[in-house]
Amino acid sequence: MNLFLWILLGFLVICALAATFHRNLLSTVIIFMGYSVVMSVIWVLLQSPDLAITEAAVGAGVTGVLFFVTLKKIRQVDDEYSEGKKHEEEKQD
Amino acid sequence: MKKKSRTKNQSLFARIQSFLDSQDDRLTEEMERDEEPEPPHESKLPVWGQTVEGLASGEIRFFDKIYPFAAFLLALFIIAVLLVTASRLPRFGGDSNPALNEVTERYLEDGMEETGAVNLVTGIILDYRAFDTLGESHVLFTAAVAVLVLLFDAATEKQDLLENRDYDLAGDTVFREGVRFLLPVILLFGVYVVLNGHLSPGGGFSGGAILGAGLILHSLGYGFAATEKLVNRKSYGALTVCSLCFYSLSKAYSFFTGANHLPSIITSGVPGRIFSAGLILPLNICVGIVVACTMYGFFSLYKRGRI
Repeated sequence: MNLFLWILLGFLVICALAATFHRNLLSTVIIFMGYSVVMSVIWVLLQSPDLAITEAAVGAGVTGVLFFVTLKKIRQVDDEYSEGKKHEEEKQD
Repeated sequence: MKKKSRTKNQSLFARIQSFLDSQDDRLTEEMERDEEPEPPHESKLPVWGQTVEGLASGEIRFFDKIYPFAAFLLALFIIAVLLVTASRLPRFGGDSNPALNEVTERYLEDGMEETGAVNLVTGIILDYRAFDTLGESHVLFTAAVAVLVLLFDAATEKQDLLENRDYDLAGDTVFREGVRFLLPVILLFGVYVVLNGHLSPGGGFSGGAILGAGLILHSLGYGFAATEKLVNRKSYGALTVCSLCFYSLSKAYSFFTGANHLPSIITSGVPGRIFSAGLILPLNICVGIVVACTMYGFFSLYKRGRI
């Protein structure tokens, strides 16, 4: 069980670094949600299931959705989508 | 792609530097792109770029070099401080931890008798420390009001332009059928977590968050018009304010009694039954309603500018 905890903690550090250094904001939000899921497993291992439920619902669910909506609002997602489309069109040309 | 291949065999610092540089490039690109479509207006005011070049390009370049370095040093310093602090924390669950004092003993030994809650965490946050939780739920309400002030957009009410553009998911059959299967389970689980807060892990905050996530899912699958039958601006205000008022009335007397309990006419009942633990069950429901409404309200305000 201890080894399992260490693996999860290492994953948390990797997630934190990846979320900081990733260029794509959409991927950053998804990494952040993965971080929350692992964190909720760690809460269960630390014997606080109350916090685990809250972390899973808020951290992995609602916060992620709000981030997505914000990204869409500031046109980050749309921009990347249209840029990808542009590249496709250029290829076709 | 070129930049990525270049940064492969460099030190961490060089990578951070090139990362920051690339972000700068991207920012300037975006700024240029934003500026392009604007018609060139003839004004006598000095343009920003000209001022920079004319006045103090040397100084600004100097700071350009200093900033990443200083930021890196600052980050290293903060990391070092945090690591040193974390290494000096007492061992998790140790015998001589400062948190393990007579308060903890009292909670663990007499908690179930005094509060009637089998789940001691809920017993603590909604009975011993109910006053703190009162503040927390008001913080949620205040946050919702702040978002409402910032994002409320009365114009969307008259012309529902957003209504048609943003809900592309509502037309997705797979997503909607998935919601049809998942939603009852999610809502039922949320209600279960709220109502069993004093018996099993969970309570108002976690159950309310699950309920709010369910409401968000429903509005994504079926559009806001369908969700508005349950939560619209009127019912949102009524539910939130009634819950907070009930909570305040039942617990805010601690202001006047010096944070002491008054003898309650509601008995704590038999621990383990659902109608037990005195006021904890209704307070859990109140907190659950506030959290669920706040979550959904945030989403609705972010997405379309009104509740």
